[in-house]
Amino acid sequence: MSVSYRDGTRLERAFQRENDHRALFIAYVMAGDPDLETSFEILKGLAEHADVIELGMPFSDPMAEGPTIQLASQRSLAAGTKMRDVLGLVRRFREINTVTPIVLMGYLNPVLFHGYGAFANDAADAGADGVIIVDCPPEEADPLTDALEAARMNLIRLATPTTDDKRLPAVVARTSGFIYYVSVAGVTGVLEADAEAVRGPVERLRAASGLPVAVGFGIKTPERAAQVARVADGVVVGSALVDEIAAAAKMNKNVTEKVLLKASELAKAVRSARLEMA
Amino acid sequence: MNASVKPNDWSAYPDAKGRFGDYGGLYVAETLMPLVLELDRAYTEAKNDPKFQAELKGYLTHYVGRPSPLYFAERLSKHLGGAKIYFKREELNHTGAHKINNCMGQILLAQRMGKTRIIAETGAGQHGVASATVTARFGLPCVVYMGAVDVARQKPNVFRMNLLGAEVRPVTSGAATLKDAMNEAMRDWVTNVADTYYMIGTAAGPHPYPAMVRDFQAVIGSETREQIQELEGRLPDAVVACVGGGSNAIGMFHPFLNDETVKIYGVEASGHGLETDKHAASLTGGRPGVLHGNKTYLLQDDDGQILDAHSISAGLDYPGIGPEHSFLHDVGRAQYLTCTDAEALEAFQLCAELEGIIPALESAHALAKLPQLAKEIGEGGVIVLCLSGRGDKDIFTVADALGRTI
Repeated sequence: MSVSYRDGTRLERAFQRENDHRALFIAYVMAGDPDLETSFEILKGLAEHADVIELGMPFSDPMAEGPTIQLASQRSLAAGTKMRDVLGLVRRFREINTVTPIVLMGYLNPVLFHGYGAFANDAADAGADGVIIVDCPPEEADPLTDALEAARMNLIRLATPTTDDKRLPAVVARTSGFIYYVSVAGVTGVLEADAEAVRGPVERLRAASGLPVAVGFGIKTPERAAQVARVADGVVVGSALVDEIAAAAKMNKNVTEKVLLKASELAKAVRSARLEMA
Repeated sequence: MNASVKPNDWSAYPDAKGRFGDYGGLYVAETLMPLVLELDRAYTEAKNDPKFQAELKGYLTHYVGRPSPLYFAERLSKHLGGAKIYFKREELNHTGAHKINNCMGQILLAQRMGKTRIIAETGAGQHGVASATVTARFGLPCVVYMGAVDVARQKPNVFRMNLLGAEVRPVTSGAATLKDAMNEAMRDWVTNVADTYYMIGTAAGPHPYPAMVRDFQAVIGSETREQIQELEGRLPDAVVACVGGGSNAIGMFHPFLNDETVKIYGVEASGHGLETDKHAASLTGGRPGVLHGNKTYLLQDDDGQILDAHSISAGLDYPGIGPEHSFLHDVGRAQYLTCTDAEALEAFQLCAELEGIIPALESAHALAKLPQLAKEIGEGGVIVLCLSGRGDKDIFTVADALGRTI
C-alpha cells in the first residue's frame, strides 16, 4: 500500500487543500542553475506561481533527461554545486517560505554517496518534503525508502506508459505524497504529452494508489498544461522553464525575470483550467 | 549473499535479484524496468534452449572462427624467464577481438525476441564494429552511439561501421566519451521501447546484462580449460586479462572460479598513474556507487559525481567496471593489478617484436604484468593470458605516443 503520515506532510496538505477539480502546478528547476544565488532568487519568485517546487539535484550522468536538463545539470556542476549547496538552498528557502512543498529530484549515486540515512535526515532538516529518484525502481528502493520514512519524507515514484498491471502494485507500494506519471516513453522535454491519452492511466494510477497523480515529461506550453490540468491532480513543467533560464543566461538577460514570466503563464493556464472545471 | 549458494561456489552468481554479493542489480528508470525484466525472461529461456545454443555454436564456428587457438608464446616465455606463457588468441576472431562472441549471442536473442532495431554504445569502436557486423549479417538496422571525442580519434572504426551499414551518432554531452555514449544509448532505448534491442558491449549494465554477456564470453575460458589440458595435461596456475568493463576478463575467469589452484588476475588501466586524476582503475582507485543500471566500483568525486576516466587504450577508458569483478575483488577470489599507459606501450612493442603479434593496447595492459607474474608463478608454472584483440586499430595512437609519424 501507499504510505501516508499522521497529520500529513506539507506535500500531502498541498494536495488536500485543493478539491478534486483542481490540479496543482508543479514547477521544476535545477538547483544551482545557472548559479546558487540566481537559483535562490528563482525559487523565491517561483513560490508566487507554483503550488509545489521540484528541485533538481545535479548529476554528471542524467540518463533520463533530454538535452535541456542535461545542460542545466552541467551548468550547475560547472558552477560548483554540491549536495550540501542543494540542501542549503532548501534551507534558505524555508526561512522565507514555510508553505510551498519542495520535492528533490535526481539520481541515486549522489544520494548513495551521502548515505541514505544521512541524506534523508539532512534533507528533512533543511525543509525538503519529498524525493524522486529516477534510477531507483521499487526492486532496489527498500533501503532508501526505510530512511525516508524514518525522516517523514515522501517518496514519490514514477509510473510510465510501460508500467503494466503486473508491476503496478510494486510501483505504488511504499509511495507517498503523489504518483508522478511520466506521460511519454522517452526523456524529459522532447516528446509532447497527449492530454487525452493520459486520462486513462491517471485514473488507473489514482485507483491503484489512492494518491493524487501528477503528470509530467512532455508538457511545454500553457495550452498543453491547461489540457492536462483537466485530467490530472498535478501538472509538472520542467524543460520549458529551464529553457528560459538557458536562453536568458546565454543572452545575459535577467534570468529570474524570464523564468518567472514563463511560470506565471503556466500557472495562469493551470488555474484557468481549474476555474472552467469548478 | 545468497543462502542457497555454497560458500565457495563463486560461479553461482548472480542471485535471483541479479546481484553478485552487494553488486549488480537493476537500477534503471521505470520506463525500462518492464523491458529489462522481459529481457531476463527471454534470455533465461534461450539459455536453456538447446536449439538456441546449437545455433549460436554454429555461427561461432563458421562465422566467428572458433575455437580460437591457445598458443605457447615460447620466445616471450624464454625472454621473461619463469612460467610458461600461453596466449588465448581472441584477436584471431572475425573483427579482431572478443567482442563478437557477445554480439553473436545477443543478435540471436534479439531476433528471438522479435526486435527489429539494434542500438549499441562504443568507445574505441570495437564493440560498435562487432555490432555493425552482426546486424549486417542478419539484416537489421543498427545505430551506434559514440562520444564525439572518440569519433574524432577512431576514424577508421567509424568508417568500418558505416561500411557495414550502421549509423554512427556522435554524442556531445558530458565529456563526449564512452560513458556519455552509454547514457545516450539508454535515452534512445527509453524512447523506442517497443522495437529496439540495446546491445550492451560489456559485462555491465542492469541485470541480466552482466550475467548474459559473461555467459556469451565464457566460451573463452571454457575453450582454454580444454585446450590447456590437452597441451599441458593440467589446469594453468594463473589466468590474466585486462579489465575495462571487463567482458573478456570475466569470460576467461568464470570457468576457472571454482578451481582453487588457478590464480586469477585482472589488470586495470592506471593511465598516467593512480596518484593522478588521469586513470581508469575503478577497483583500485574508485568506490562503490550506482551508474548505468548497476551497483559497482566507480570513479567518483567527493560528492558522488562520476569522474571521467583516462587510458591510452580507448577500450579501457570507462569509469566503471562489471559488477562481478567488484564482487570477485571484494571476496578476494581475483586480484586486480594496475598498468600505466607507459607500461602498456612497452609491452605492446615487446609482444610485436618477440611473438610477431601486434596486440590491442587493451591486451597490452595484461601483457605488461607478465614479467611480474611469470616470476611469481615461477619455472614449471603455466600462465594463460587472454589476448583479447589485435592492435591494428592502435597503430596511430602508438605512433603518436612514441613521437613517430606514420
